[in-house]
Amino acid sequence: MKWSNIKYLILRRFVQLSLLFLYFAGNYWGWTVLQGDLSSSVLFGAVPLSDPFAVLQILATGAIIGTNALIGAVIIALFYGIIGGRAFCSWVCPVNMVTDLAAWLRRKLMIDRIERKIWISRNLRYYMIVLALIVSAISGLAAFEILSPITILNRGVIFGFGAGVGLIVAIFLFDLFVVKNGWCGHICPLGGIHSIIGKRSLIRVKHDSDNCTLCMKCKEVCPEVQVLGMIGKRSEFVSRQECTNCGRCVDVCDDDALDFHIRNILASKESK
Amino acid sequence: MSKEAKKTPISERRRFFTDLAHHAGLGVMGMLLWAGYADKAKSSPLTLRPPAALDEAEFLKTCIKCGLCAEACVNRPQNIDKETGRPRPGTIKMAKAQDPVTIGTPYFIPSDVPCYMCDDIPCVPVCPTGSLDPAKVTNPETGEFDIRMMDMGLAVVDQNSCIAFWGIQCDACYRACPLLDEAIRLEYDRNPRTGKHAFLKPVVDMHACTGCGLCEKACVTEKPAIFILPRSIALGKPGDHYVKGWDKQDQARVANQEGKDLTTHTQRSEKAPEDYLNGGLEF
Repeated sequence: MKWSNIKYLILRRFVQLSLLFLYFAGNYWGWTVLQGDLSSSVLFGAVPLSDPFAVLQILATGAIIGTNALIGAVIIALFYGIIGGRAFCSWVCPVNMVTDLAAWLRRKLMIDRIERKIWISRNLRYYMIVLALIVSAISGLAAFEILSPITILNRGVIFGFGAGVGLIVAIFLFDLFVVKNGWCGHICPLGGIHSIIGKRSLIRVKHDSDNCTLCMKCKEVCPEVQVLGMIGKRSEFVSRQECTNCGRCVDVCDDDALDFHIRNILASKESK
Repeated sequence: MSKEAKKTPISERRRFFTDLAHHAGLGVMGMLLWAGYADKAKSSPLTLRPPAALDEAEFLKTCIKCGLCAEACVNRPQNIDKETGRPRPGTIKMAKAQDPVTIGTPYFIPSDVPCYMCDDIPCVPVCPTGSLDPAKVTNPETGEFDIRMMDMGLAVVDQNSCIAFWGIQCDACYRACPLLDEAIRLEYDRNPRTGKHAFLKPVVDMHACTGCGLCEKACVTEKPAIFILPRSIALGKPGDHYVKGWDKQDQARVANQEGKDLTTHTQRSEKAPEDYLNGGLEF
């Protein structure tokens, strides 16, 4: 296997595991590089970072929230909104490693070919956002945060695992046997929030159809395959908001037809 | 339905309304399941929260489950074991799925690790959402943290299993208390069984006690005879009907009860005494 075929995959795993390690060290050794967890953290002992969706849910309960959490959510939203796009899902979120493993196993075991297809809309995640906010308002409890596998896995690494591991296993099995990319690509409302936030980001994958040989390897590995509609047809940016900027398509392409580029935000607005 | 009817396409209007009903139905189903789960996922009323926590309902709304309080607690300098250089277990735990506490929220179990009531209260100022509210432990006069203002819970003595109440000499809780002679006093009493010994009974002062749990941790009985309960569980409420007429402060407590009905109503009091005494009363 060539380095160019796994470059972004390795980089992503490095970033994901490094962040988990820094969070772990923040609790275990008291390092001040990154403390807290993915819901809310402190960077270098000074910069607050918060999950915008968690903050939204808290606001939906009708509670007044501290300024640090609000500032943290704005910082995160600006970072992904301007630069990273939906990169949280593929470069930060620890559940991505679980669901990627399930997707990889599906390909290796050819489960796609024998499975009875169960169809779930990829827009379910946006309904889940609305539902989470409504339930938060009704129950007085940030509704997604009580069952979010993202923070359960994240906190498990930092503070020790509990019975919440069962949910992680369930999601792995769901992705493996029920729906391809079921959790991250269909249901997860946090992914939906990051899709919306990252809609106009600068960093995007760009397709060059002149180089494309229509091998379709990119479509095989893409967890949000609907965003690759232009493959072999038009040279353009992958502009749909669900693209996680994971770079797997860039990795597997042997023909230089896909790569990361900086998108001119203003121009893309005009072309709409 | 005939075969023909199956093939006939439904009208656009019908499709629209069916779709609408479909989505609304699924949405309501999801909402009911989710809200039902959220209700069950709330903490047991016996949960003890870190210092300066808001009231439980507000706390559950605002806590973002980041664990910064737990990290500040375990890594505070005083908690480092000088021999090993490693921190001892922290007071604040982060609830796991199997705990009777809302997942991811901080709590503590005094009999495992009590709260040591650090002067600088490191767990409170790190809270990003204000679930732990510094104002609740800040002395309004000095503007500084005051550990005496903490109220995580209240120590309760089970007089049946406390050996000091048997007449055996034990003052473990009294000596463990960081507010010695304030939160726990020893009440001396004559022991009529022997005629020449004294009881040294531990008595908790509800105003001074912070609920830190050092007494529960120190208690020598197999299952602690002194233990911490949340104040909402441990305390009753006399209401405005009863006033300490000899106490100015207590009169201030009921100063604003204007216009309320001050008569005590029970089923019995609804009838004149001669009626219920003669006619009997069914409850």
